[in-house]
Amino acid sequence: MSKSIPTDLYYNPSHEWIRLEGDVATVGITDHAQAELTDVVYVELPSVGRVVDAGDPSAVVESVKAASDIYAPVSGEIVEVNPEVENDPSLVNTDPYGKGWIFKMLVKNPAEVDGMLSPEAYESHIS
Amino acid sequence: MTEEVKRTPLEAAHLALGGKLVPFAGWLMPIQYTSILNEHAAVRNDVGIFDISHMGQFFVTGSASCAWLNRMLTNNVAKLGLGEGQYTLMLNSSGGVIDDLIVYRTGESTFLLVVNASMIDEDFSWLQEHLDDGIELRNESDQWAGMAVQGPNSAAIFQAIFPEDTLPPRNGFATTAAGAIVCRTGYTGEDGFEFFCPAEEGIAAWDKFLDAGAKPCGLGARDTLRLEMGYPLNGNDLSPNRTPIEAGLGFFVDLEKGDFTGREILASQKTGGTEVKLVGIQYLEKGAPPRSHYPVVSQTGNVIGEVASGVLSPTLMTGIAMAYLPSEFAKPGTLLSIDVRGKLCPAQVVKKPFLKKR
Repeated sequence: MSKSIPTDLYYNPSHEWIRLEGDVATVGITDHAQAELTDVVYVELPSVGRVVDAGDPSAVVESVKAASDIYAPVSGEIVEVNPEVENDPSLVNTDPYGKGWIFKMLVKNPAEVDGMLSPEAYESHIS
Repeated sequence: MTEEVKRTPLEAAHLALGGKLVPFAGWLMPIQYTSILNEHAAVRNDVGIFDISHMGQFFVTGSASCAWLNRMLTNNVAKLGLGEGQYTLMLNSSGGVIDDLIVYRTGESTFLLVVNASMIDEDFSWLQEHLDDGIELRNESDQWAGMAVQGPNSAAIFQAIFPEDTLPPRNGFATTAAGAIVCRTGYTGEDGFEFFCPAEEGIAAWDKFLDAGAKPCGLGARDTLRLEMGYPLNGNDLSPNRTPIEAGLGFFVDLEKGDFTGREILASQKTGGTEVKLVGIQYLEKGAPPRSHYPVVSQTGNVIGEVASGVLSPTLMTGIAMAYLPSEFAKPGTLLSIDVRGKLCPAQVVKKPFLKKR
């Protein structure tokens, strides 16, 4: 079963994606990651206003069996979190690139985005 | 450390079903096939099937086997009629739990012991060391495939597949016309049975149960199902340092039947009380799932224990856990919290089972 990898996003080897709109990046986990985790039962969101460096654990997605850290793909400030996934964590499974987004951040250094994986590079990373 | 992982006779079936295999207790076992939540629901509402080939089967024979087992186990074996089984514990000399198991009386002086996978070697050595003359003890764990068929529709499935055979009553043991062993028990809180057949016949039997409608379920769902019932898992909730009295399993200890290993300590705990007790804990509000080793914190902010087993209950959709706590915190209704990565989740002590139904 091939996993969906939208072409308009940037990816991390640790299975986060970002969607860049201006200098705001929306962050979530990939279809591949949600399929590996299976049933997401809890999402721990970061506090709005928190400043994180690329690679910092910034949220936690929990399946029945395990808690997995979600790492900030780039450095910046958390400006918004998704209350929907707090209420209905299964959105991370059913719509990982849409309603299952986790947080938004104000990107500090756009050059960091260039260091992320392209859709093609991510695809070969998981295959 | 490169320890050889054992493979069950049903491995090919798991792989064909897309099961996700992980090491457990020295075995490569399916943790799930599609979704732990769906597999859990299948057992609660319909019928599911688990590979339990990793569990151990010991056969005990000899005219004095009942008396000998009664000295090795906590429950009263003499109370078992032919074809009956009972949950029981095997203790070390300080009253700590070596293993929890089910013993079935398969003949006047023949017994079957079904033990935990992780403890097969240790249990067998312990029993061997304490063996009496005239008792024969055989470890047949590698010769049997095992599957647990669990859920409200499990009996209907059995009758559909084995119209000539009769399912034994609850906790009972029977042999099918074809020579398989059927035990009316399980680890889920639902009606069901454990089915053991020669290893080479395992896949054919597994496929029959699947064709009759059983949904394949992995160890993930097995764990959430047993925890909702407050059933202990050896290694998490039972240990050589904890007695059955501390674990709240006094019901399965018969202090009146005569001497058995660990009896003296259990008797003194039963009259004098214990310093700690294994309690059920349930979240009061939404929170991250409790997991093993998370600290349990009192209302005054002291760490009073740690989670032995914990999970987000798929049926109750709230965090449930078991922990050994000082006995003054064991009363249902006691408020406390579980420390999840530095965040305190409010919870209270509740009576087990967590899932109250029927």
